[in-house]
Amino acid sequence: MTAFPQRTRVLRPVALCVALALPACSPAPAGSDINDPYEAQNRAVHEENKRLDTAVFGGPGRESREPGPFVKGLANVGSNLKAPRNVVNGILQADPEIAVTNTFRFVINSTFGLAGLFDPATALGIPRKDTDFGATLARWGVPEGAYLELPVVGPSTERDAAGRIVDLALDPVYWYLGTPGAYGAFALQSASRIESRQRFAGTYESILYGSADSYAQARLLYLQSRRYELGQEEEVFDPYEDPYAQ
Amino acid sequence: MPSNVPRRAVLTLMPGAVALAVWPYGAMAMTVDEARSKIGRVVADINAIINSGKPEAAMLKDFEQILVRYADVNYIAKSALGPAGRSASAAEIAAYTQAFQGYIARKYGRRFREFIGGEIEVVDARPLKSFYEVQTIAKLKGEAPFEVRWHVFEKGGKSQFFNLIIEGVNMLAAERTEVGAMLDQAGRSIPKLTEALKQAG
Repeated sequence: MTAFPQRTRVLRPVALCVALALPACSPAPAGSDINDPYEAQNRAVHEENKRLDTAVFGGPGRESREPGPFVKGLANVGSNLKAPRNVVNGILQADPEIAVTNTFRFVINSTFGLAGLFDPATALGIPRKDTDFGATLARWGVPEGAYLELPVVGPSTERDAAGRIVDLALDPVYWYLGTPGAYGAFALQSASRIESRQRFAGTYESILYGSADSYAQARLLYLQSRRYELGQEEEVFDPYEDPYAQ
Repeated sequence: MPSNVPRRAVLTLMPGAVALAVWPYGAMAMTVDEARSKIGRVVADINAIINSGKPEAAMLKDFEQILVRYADVNYIAKSALGPAGRSASAAEIAAYTQAFQGYIARKYGRRFREFIGGEIEVVDARPLKSFYEVQTIAKLKGEAPFEVRWHVFEKGGKSQFFNLIIEGVNMLAAERTEVGAMLDQAGRSIPKLTEALKQAG
C-alpha cells in the first residue's frame, strides 16, 4: 500500500488494516464501468439478502411511509452516534466542512436533542453530512476495487468493505464505551437503515422484487450513487450518437 | 503560416475556419436559457400532477403525457434496447417503443408519486458536451433536498430531454440494464420483450 503518504505514527496501524483487508484490490478492466469478477458469489449472497429482507420486512407490496416515532427516534440516536466517526474521517480527508459540521451536530443533538433522540441541528440549518472510511480511502487515491455484495449489509466494493472494517476499529464511540456498550452503539447506528427501508419501501421493493435482474439493478444503483457521492466522473450518454451503439 | 500564401486567401479562409471551430455549437440553435425554460415547464407540470390529488391511475396517465410532450421517447427506448434493436423490423421497434413508453411512465410515475406535497425547482443550466444539463432540486416533505439533473438536446428544431440523473443514478443506464435483463428472459425476442413491458413497471 503505497497509494497514500504515512506521515504520522497514528496512520500506520490504519494503513496496515487496509493493507490486510485489501489483499487483492482488483484493478478495473479498461473500458468497463462495472468490475465484478466475483459475480457468481455475489449473486448467491444477493439471493440470501433478498430472503432475509422478505423475512424481516415481509416481502414486496409495502408502500413507502413515514417511519413511526419509535423507529425515527432510534435512527436519530444512531445517526448522532455516527457523528464522531464522521469527524475523524473528515479530518483524515482534510475536509474541514465535514469535521466542523459533525462536531457542531454532535454537541447540539447530544444536549438539546436529548442524547440524539431529536435532531435540532438540522432545524438550525446544520444538516447531516455523513462520510466513512471508504470515502477516506477514495480521497487518498485507493481504487474502488471489485464490486461486492456483502451478507446483510448489501452492495459494496472492496474499498468500501475495507472502509467498513476500519470504521469499526477507529470509531471513537466504541473506544469510549468499550464492550458491551459498543455493541449497543453499533446496533443503534444500524437502525437508520431500517428507517430508510421503511421510508423508501416503494423504491427498495421496485428494485429488489420488481426488476428483471435485481442483482444487476442494485449493483448499478450502488456504484452510480456512491461514485456521485464521492464526486467522481459519471457516464454520459451522447444523444447525437447511434442509440443502438452506446 | 507560410509567407507565400496570398493575403486574400488567408482573409477569405479565416471566417470559414472560425465557423468550423464553433460549428458544433453554432449548429445548436437551442440556448442554455431555452433548455432551462423547457425543463422549467416539465417540472411545473410534474409539480401540478403530484399536488393534483388525483388517483394513481390518472396520475400515471398524466406522467405519460409529460413524456410524450417533453422527452425523446424514441431515443430513450432505442438506447435502452441497445444493439439488439439493429436487426429488428420497423414495426417491431414501433410496438416496442409504445410498450416502453407506458412502462417508463408507470415506473417513474410511481416514484414521482412519492413526491406528493413536495416540489421540484430549477436551479441551474449549463452546456455539457453536445447538449445541455439542467439542474433541479427536489424538495420533499421530511427529506433532505436532492438533486435531479435533466439532459436536454435539440432534434428537428425541438428541444427534448433524453436522460434523467437522480443523485448520480442515470435513467438510461438503469433502463439499459433492466431492458437487457428482460430481453434475456424473453429469449432475445423483441416481440416477447414488448409483451413483458406491457405488464411491467
